[in-house]
Amino acid sequence: MDDSSGREDNLDTNSAPATVGFFVTCVVDLLRPAVGFAAIRLLEDAGCRVIVPRSQACCGQPAYNSGDEWTSIGIARQVIAVFERFDYVVVPSGSCAGMIREHYPRLFAADLEWLERACRLATKTFELTQFLVEVLKVEKVDSAFKGTCTYHDSCSGLRELGVREQPRKLLSAVAGLELEEMKEADTCCGFGGLFCVKYPEISTQMVANKADDATRTGADTLLGGDLGCLLNIAGYLRRTDSPIRVFHIAEVLAGMADDSGIGEQEDAT
Amino acid sequence: MNRSSAASGTFRQRMRRALADDGLQQAMSRAKGGFVDKRRDAAAAVPEFDQMCDASKDIKDHVLAHLDLYLEMYEQKVLENGGQVHWARTGEEASHLIAQLCKRAGAGLVTKGKSMVSEEINLNETLEEAGIKVIETDLGEYIVQLASEKPSHIIAPAVHKTRDQITELFYRHHRPLGYHERVTERKEIVSEARSVLRERFVSADVGITGANFLVAETGSSVIVTNEGNGDLTSCLPRMQIVVAGIEKLIPSLEDLSALLRVLARSATGQEMSAYTSLYSGPRRDEDPEGPEEYHVVLLDNGRSGMLGGVYRSMLRCIRCGACLNHCPVYTAIGGHAYGWVYPGPMGSVLTPLMRGFDTEFDLPNACTLNGVCKTICPVKIPLPDLLRQHRVEQHRRKLTSSASRVLLAIWAYLVRRPRFYQAVVALPVWLLHRLGRERGVLKRLPLAAGWTRSRDFPSPAARTFQRQWREKIRSRE
Repeated sequence: MDDSSGREDNLDTNSAPATVGFFVTCVVDLLRPAVGFAAIRLLEDAGCRVIVPRSQACCGQPAYNSGDEWTSIGIARQVIAVFERFDYVVVPSGSCAGMIREHYPRLFAADLEWLERACRLATKTFELTQFLVEVLKVEKVDSAFKGTCTYHDSCSGLRELGVREQPRKLLSAVAGLELEEMKEADTCCGFGGLFCVKYPEISTQMVANKADDATRTGADTLLGGDLGCLLNIAGYLRRTDSPIRVFHIAEVLAGMADDSGIGEQEDAT
Repeated sequence: MNRSSAASGTFRQRMRRALADDGLQQAMSRAKGGFVDKRRDAAAAVPEFDQMCDASKDIKDHVLAHLDLYLEMYEQKVLENGGQVHWARTGEEASHLIAQLCKRAGAGLVTKGKSMVSEEINLNETLEEAGIKVIETDLGEYIVQLASEKPSHIIAPAVHKTRDQITELFYRHHRPLGYHERVTERKEIVSEARSVLRERFVSADVGITGANFLVAETGSSVIVTNEGNGDLTSCLPRMQIVVAGIEKLIPSLEDLSALLRVLARSATGQEMSAYTSLYSGPRRDEDPEGPEEYHVVLLDNGRSGMLGGVYRSMLRCIRCGACLNHCPVYTAIGGHAYGWVYPGPMGSVLTPLMRGFDTEFDLPNACTLNGVCKTICPVKIPLPDLLRQHRVEQHRRKLTSSASRVLLAIWAYLVRRPRFYQAVVALPVWLLHRLGRERGVLKRLPLAAGWTRSRDFPSPAARTFQRQWREKIRSRE
């Protein structure tokens, strides 16, 4: 069950020095693969060799945040074993990257061998925009976007990883894109993983506040770095017939935001 | 909305009522921005604010590591100053002890400064059962007392009330006292409360306050207020009683000044609260006034149990209320929804520890773990981590629903076998894709009615990322 051999990773992209293990995240895998393709395009354009291990499903947050430490430890060991051989691990989500960076080491407080492995993985794991800006020093992106965007700061990326300026810096390099900040851009949208289905009334009030703040900017597009939050916000915007479109930042940066946004009818393609 | 309806029922019932309460929603949305902005400006005005917080945390950690020592030192000092110290293991013990003291003093009327510990031990009810009339003297607390409610915020007890509601409350309760006009302006409201309360201050037999800090080196209890009601409560009656949790100890006056600087900034965005008062004992022979008797009731009520374990950092809490003000869940549902004395993040950590995990299931779970409370806490309590720790405890005790445990187990079985998982999810993903293809969203979803009642669910692509990626690799080869 624990397939850490990586024998399926025979992808030969180019000979760039940095080999990046791409952690897809379960929501991107299941619900919006386009985000994964966009992130990989950005990484490859920046000169990375990207490998997507097949032996991955989820970082374990649903178990961890439900208090199930035993399951969380099992999942964490598996992720560590599969990903520790890469130079870097990049995740198109602040929440899942935060799980690996901040929380995996805590799971092994009493297990020195695994603690060391968890810490080593933690130091080379990055959220996508953080990796592009801080590690790869990307300053230019080959992308254009016609419209006014507003950016939602997802909680884990912001508070666990310090992701705030990185996405804005990258967006400022997108031709034609205007950024209009909303009030309380860093207030939680009410997603919170299982919170949104366990306490839907509170979650709804929070996402309604977020939608109001976004609407007041006059922006036509809302962007963010975590698909979980974006599904929540887009779901509310669609239900309330808002014209605001929603994309993951990777899609805009990779020039892949021409098709339908999150929760929109698919193009004829 | 009165106490019985706002505070009764389950967490879910209270939360739904709060979300549907227009007055509460109006009051909360007005209050939250003010608190947050003021704190931010106050913190920004001091370049070393973060270091001040670190220092405050260190002081509290030091005390907690030597609490026995400082408690004894404090007791010794109070005795030297002519006061008396009483130790209470539980809330019930504390409130009965205080009722005894009041009866012994022949008290008919007791004035109180705002004290969350007195709420924790149900003091007002105990005193009233003993036939003693209790008057709250903090304006906010006075308002909730008139409304027969409990505070909904630890420093702003009536934050959930609109001004119109206060006008009506005052009109109803003060008319028999000869106040025939409805007061609508903030200034008039304050001045009417002041003149009603002044009567009570001078006729009270016993004054009861809490304490923000207890200083071991001088045996002083410290309270900060913005209304001065604490001083009138403490100094005018014959007997003064201070009730405080044992975690309020700090070593010295030097430490006090460090903590006061972060307390006011975090709580109200002030540099200092308007009144900071230290009480160290009864009136001495040379003093022109002051209480004849001075009693301190030190309350444990579960605190010593927290000292040795993973929740110890919670005892650093200085009750500034910043975590409430910044919490998007608290500001959505208000304090009464939490069902007990302490609301918001700090309350969600404390309440299960004081009242038991079995009865307080929702509090640690009704949190998105967004982490803002952790970033603004002046004594750096890792509140989200403690809430997650509660969830670990609940899981260990099997307090979670069996349905959720089964679902979690199935999910865990799958994600720990990624290839099998990828095979299993393919069909449901494709089905949801087909169902939502026309609109791009699903209007309803099995097992996720909580989502789809108010939100559409963006429908998935036809095939998962892993499938599409494998195909892409194959075609590249």
